[in-house]
Amino acid sequence: MSSSNDPIRRQRRWRATFWSVIAIIVLSMALPSLGYVLAQTSGAYGEQRAFTEDRATNPRSDMWRDAREGGGGFTTQTGPYVTNTMISNVGENWRQIRMGPLITYGGWLLIGCVIAIALFFALTGRKRIEGGRSGMTVVRWRGYERFLHWFTAISFIILAITGLSLLFGRHVLIPIFGHQGFAAYAQVAMNVHNFLGPAFSVGVLAMIVLWMKHNIPNRTDVEWFKQGGGIVGKKHPSAGKMNGGEKVWFWLGVFALGLITIVTGFVLDFPNFGQTRETMAIAQTVHAIAALLWIGFFFGHAYIGTLGTQGALEGMTRGRVDTNWAKQHHDLWYEELIANGEQPVSEEELKRRKEGQGAGTAGQPSH
Amino acid sequence: MARMKFLCDAERCIECQACVTACKNEHEVPWGVNRRRVIVMNDGRPGEKSVSVACMHCTDAPCAAVCPVDCFYTTADGIVLHDKDLCIGCGYCFYACPFGAPQYPQQTAFGVRGKMDKCTFCAGGPETAHSQAELTKYGTNRVAEGKLPLCAEMCATKALLAGDGDIVADIFRKRVMRRGGRPQTWGWQAAYGQDA
Repeated sequence: MSSSNDPIRRQRRWRATFWSVIAIIVLSMALPSLGYVLAQTSGAYGEQRAFTEDRATNPRSDMWRDAREGGGGFTTQTGPYVTNTMISNVGENWRQIRMGPLITYGGWLLIGCVIAIALFFALTGRKRIEGGRSGMTVVRWRGYERFLHWFTAISFIILAITGLSLLFGRHVLIPIFGHQGFAAYAQVAMNVHNFLGPAFSVGVLAMIVLWMKHNIPNRTDVEWFKQGGGIVGKKHPSAGKMNGGEKVWFWLGVFALGLITIVTGFVLDFPNFGQTRETMAIAQTVHAIAALLWIGFFFGHAYIGTLGTQGALEGMTRGRVDTNWAKQHHDLWYEELIANGEQPVSEEELKRRKEGQGAGTAGQPSH
Repeated sequence: MARMKFLCDAERCIECQACVTACKNEHEVPWGVNRRRVIVMNDGRPGEKSVSVACMHCTDAPCAAVCPVDCFYTTADGIVLHDKDLCIGCGYCFYACPFGAPQYPQQTAFGVRGKMDKCTFCAGGPETAHSQAELTKYGTNRVAEGKLPLCAEMCATKALLAGDGDIVADIFRKRVMRRGGRPQTWGWQAAYGQDA
């Protein structure tokens, strides 16, 4: 009794138990791994492994495995669509993506965007010009810029409608128009899409080149985003010619999504360069995803530019905006404009100029 | 009703291209469009094997699934056919098909392809059987005459088998049992499912 309670003995027992447990844990991990060491170092095992590896593959099964995995052979037939691939596996993956997540989530994305914008409009209403119109206007977009904008915008909308028809038509339009009606429309839609696409690309590239200088991000944008762009509430964060939101639309929309859709679109539109169907199937998926995101983004851009903001659209239609609108939304740009000597012109003056011009041409003798 | 299938016995195929020629001649298939082709693996090397490939008339056909105008249909015999009046030539079936069966008369800029053309299992198309319209669009309709596809009928070594899937499988099984070796029902898994 007295010996077990002896503090020295108890300590020794503790130490023995502790080291035993440690030894058990370490050895239980180390001993099984000795097998690897043995297998690696033992010469007899090594040779045997090499021997079996040599015999492991059967040329016949290799050939058929290669064929199943999309390997190619030789074929004497010639033609633009003749492939020497035994089984192409990309197609099935493409089909699963396209008929599954792409159509499902893509559809919900667009519906979600429209609902979100409608809710936003219902909740916040139209953003009015603070203090009403001043009646004085300044130039915002020049003629060639407006032409570029509307050329690209109209072709964007046509491409979006025709493209979405090809993606969703089978589910949405065939039940309405029937197979023959839809096929006739789809034939036109596809050709319009294929021929208009390259023209649209030129517009997008011109926009990127011409408007990049307005869209370089700076510190004003950080403050603009901190204040949420003044989209909700009465705040009006400072902004230059383009505010933070417009810059996001430029870089994420026009630049990133635009270039992605253009490059993949060209891959699909010009099959005569010999790209494989695998490349084209991947390009089609990327094209559709980028385009769907872009269309969703476009809904927001179109809403803010028309219904959402009073006085914004006229900057792109007639090229001039009200000075109060400019002070409210793009104060830094307006100050710079005035500092550079731009003279605001009143609405009456504009009307008079227009009439004067009309009268002038009418009064001209015809040659 | 039968479930029509193709099977090419690679142990018998001698790469004579008779199936290809028969198909082109029977259906007056235009230049550059190949409903059937022979692919040779390990060409010129020991163990060379060839397989005659055309539309396999899949059970769950990927072409039919991706077609934006829904122009494909499967007959009661399990033959996958399409309606050229609906086809817009978008090329999607060509991307989706594991066998590269869909063909088009053109391949030009702006994605102009013309109407898709593929093996019909010699069963024509949606037009009235043996009509001029069916002949010009889809070729002859041998199935309506109670005949099987000409490619398989022409095959000198009977490597290419066409017909009801059960009978085709039975013939092939007997061959494999007699000659030994492993069965190679190339393409059947991709076309008719995992358990085919």
